[in-house]
Amino acid sequence: MSRAQGSNREQPSGAQGTSRAQPSRREHAMVEPAEFRSYYGRPIVKEPAWEQPDVPLYLFLGGTAGASASMAAMARLSGLPRLARAGTLVAAGGSLASVAALIHDLGRPERFLYMLRVFKPTSPLSVGSWILAPFSGLAAASAGSMLTGWLRPIGTLAGNAAGLLGPAMCTYTAVLLADTATPAWHEGRRELSVLFAGSAATSGAGAALLLVPTRETAPARRLGLAGAAAELSAEHRLEHNLGVVSETYRDGRAGTLLKAGKALTAVGAGLSLLGTRSRVASAAAGAAYLAAGVCTRFGVYAAGVASARDPKYTVVPQRERMAQTGSSGQ
Amino acid sequence: MSDSGYADTQPRMGFFTDTSVCIGCKACEVACKEWNLVPASGSSGDGGMDLLGLSYDNTGDLGANSWRHVAFIEQQVPASRVDNLGMPTIGAPEQEDEAGVRWLMSSDVCKHCTHAACLDVCPTGALFRTEFDTVVVQPDICNGCGYCVPACPYGVIEKREDDGRAFKCTLCYDRIGDGLEPACAKACPTDSIQYGELDVLRQRAEQRKQELHADGVTEARLYGENPDDGVGGTGAFFLLLDEPEVYGLPPDPVVTTRDLPGMWRRAGAAALGVAAAVVASFVGARR
Repeated sequence: MSRAQGSNREQPSGAQGTSRAQPSRREHAMVEPAEFRSYYGRPIVKEPAWEQPDVPLYLFLGGTAGASASMAAMARLSGLPRLARAGTLVAAGGSLASVAALIHDLGRPERFLYMLRVFKPTSPLSVGSWILAPFSGLAAASAGSMLTGWLRPIGTLAGNAAGLLGPAMCTYTAVLLADTATPAWHEGRRELSVLFAGSAATSGAGAALLLVPTRETAPARRLGLAGAAAELSAEHRLEHNLGVVSETYRDGRAGTLLKAGKALTAVGAGLSLLGTRSRVASAAAGAAYLAAGVCTRFGVYAAGVASARDPKYTVVPQRERMAQTGSSGQ
Repeated sequence: MSDSGYADTQPRMGFFTDTSVCIGCKACEVACKEWNLVPASGSSGDGGMDLLGLSYDNTGDLGANSWRHVAFIEQQVPASRVDNLGMPTIGAPEQEDEAGVRWLMSSDVCKHCTHAACLDVCPTGALFRTEFDTVVVQPDICNGCGYCVPACPYGVIEKREDDGRAFKCTLCYDRIGDGLEPACAKACPTDSIQYGELDVLRQRAEQRKQELHADGVTEARLYGENPDDGVGGTGAFFLLLDEPEVYGLPPDPVVTTRDLPGMWRRAGAAALGVAAAVVASFVGARR
């Protein structure tokens, strides 16, 4: 029976039944279980209409490309040609693939240019399109020039411009997710931008560690460590500071993916420190960072889906807010 | 200038759905589908012939293919609270303390928020605000990005699977422009669904609430009528007989873009952090 769906584990007596959310973990058993009512346990908000793997991959590839473009620009200035080359190629490949993933996800892919009909600061997807379109164009021009040897100065200029846009590529997707009614994403809005910045930095560093000989990877190693620190601390806050909504980051598919992401990030950071001279250890660190980036993005996406499916995560935080502000609400 | 951006030339139009007189006939659902040519298939995608096992509700929720949705809620209440219609019965007379059942029925619809998240986040401009202060999707512009779907705090708008674009209630934009009332309100046999100028509807709703309170129905409350709520008040609002979540409505919805300036600031700061980290990681790296 659908009545017992969702978190209505205690069968409600009809729709008006009060459900008692079960504490999900032993260590959280001290917390009073949240009581809430619902319509047959059915969701209130719609879960994200985007498809997997398109959108989580778009998040991952865009972030990786953004950090790589910035690294490539700095590497060119610092006279590190192999790091510059790898960063330029990853920026172009990643951003073009992320454009492809975004277009593939549209209900009407032939209308993808409608994304650039208007510029709307209230729509993170509009702002994002206006970041992604020039970024991918510049990154592709830079890579094309580098591979063919044509128009070198213009290619360098394009690469530097992509490098300037790179940090925006790393973090706008956090706003894209947070600017929804999806409880895990909206309640986590403070942490998501730091998480995505950190995850993009480790993924970009990971790609460089994987592709570049060790004598040029020192900057990537440092960037990876900084990114790992930001990522792990933001993830910890998501898992513990969002009240009942934090459950969605700890449990289920999201919990598994995010745990794997954290472990891989730690492994990547450790290997990158150990393998300052070993090409194999350095490449393994890069692979771990990249795998961590994939797990983190898919994990955050899964947490959003889980939080939309269960009305508990919509009702309980709203009721708590009403109790705090003393508002009678509706 | 109204809060939604229109000059006060045309009064804001909306729905007042008085659920205390809803009889659950679903005429609104049928009239809406017929007028707006909304496909039959329900949320389950099986042609709409699914029995959900949720009382008499086989529509489930609002979505691309259901722009009105009648919720059915059966509640156990003391027998004294159930109206005696004087119908003939068989068997022994009922005991005073015997539990009765009360029915809550409510026809849900797009709220046409003053501050509409779906409209705010639409990257193409397909969603727009009409001269009646309603919120409508232009199907010839929508490219099916799906961003409006998770943005709606009520879970109203949805992508139609076989079409790819997003659809929802238009408050019968093509009818009200000609002075007709929307199909659902026209078909409603008890005037549970009332269409009109929002200011008038709000007064009428307040009066109705007070009447019900005077009659002892103290649980009667208005939902969405308050212009100071998280969405700036809704163009379609309700009189409910229990808490909103019992009807599948969020108790304190907030337009997600209310927090957007802060989100952009944090994302900007995080982006500067990435830039600083990249630059710092190259310090001393010059060969």
